[in-house]
Amino acid sequence: MTAGEAVAPAPAAPAPAPLTCREFVELLYDYLLGGLGAERTAAMNAHLATCPSCVAYLKSYEASIRMGRLALAASDDPVPAEVPEALVRAVLAARRP
Amino acid sequence: MLDVSTRPVGDDSFVRRLRAGDAEAFEALVRRETPRLLAVARRLLRNEEDARDAVQDGFVSAFRSLDDFGGRCQVSTWLHRITVNAALMKLRTRRRKPEDPIEDLLPSFLEDGHHARHPHEWRDTGEALLASREDRAFVRAAIDRLPDSYRTVLLLRDIEELDTAEVARALGVSDNVVKVRLHRARQALRTLLAPRFEKGNA
Repeated sequence: MTAGEAVAPAPAAPAPAPLTCREFVELLYDYLLGGLGAERTAAMNAHLATCPSCVAYLKSYEASIRMGRLALAASDDPVPAEVPEALVRAVLAARRP
Repeated sequence: MLDVSTRPVGDDSFVRRLRAGDAEAFEALVRRETPRLLAVARRLLRNEEDARDAVQDGFVSAFRSLDDFGGRCQVSTWLHRITVNAALMKLRTRRRKPEDPIEDLLPSFLEDGHHARHPHEWRDTGEALLASREDRAFVRAAIDRLPDSYRTVLLLRDIEELDTAEVARALGVSDNVVKVRLHRARQALRTLLAPRFEKGNA
């Protein structure tokens, strides 16, 4: 190259390869926390835009968490009606100076 | 003996009596709270003796730190938290037993990265759960089926709402281990719930 010739612009960086469903699921935890960088978040959003399976996966992943909470909070969670007398006595005994 | 269930004893006067060393109030508190605290300890520890020890340790610890109880939350909530901490201390000293591999419950993928079994939409699970005792029992049973070390993290993070660092400290593992276990536990739970809650299934 001689002085004065224009330098060709560097080729644009190739767009990151689209995520596979496997990669989507792997990154889901951090994605939901907002903990992925801008580029990977964009890749996740792009995947969701074209993959109904992963949309369904994400929704059911979140639903599972909510359902766990609901099921364990519900009043029919088996709490024994009777109080274990021995335990109560042990606690009261432990309190006595 | 003081019957807390019928007297309109607000938490405030109750706490005052506890602080004053009122033995009757303390006994009433222990009787009122033990069933629920025992249930919490049982699901974390999965062993009756350890669960009872944790409840006992919790009450002893609570009694000692009554002066620190600022009344910012209800006594029940405060005791719940102390019991979870007592259970965590027990978990910490436990050796990890061999357990079923979580991999069996994780989603599988084809070589090209697509889902091997396509996830489908679920029916409206919020309403469904509130309405159906059977559905709630199914979810609890599914949580019970998770391998111990994964179920523990799920319970501590998603149910007890401790943060990652607290759980890592309590279990003596790194933050990253907690995150990985939680994500896998959630995926496994999802796998177990899908057959019942996917639209089109019975």
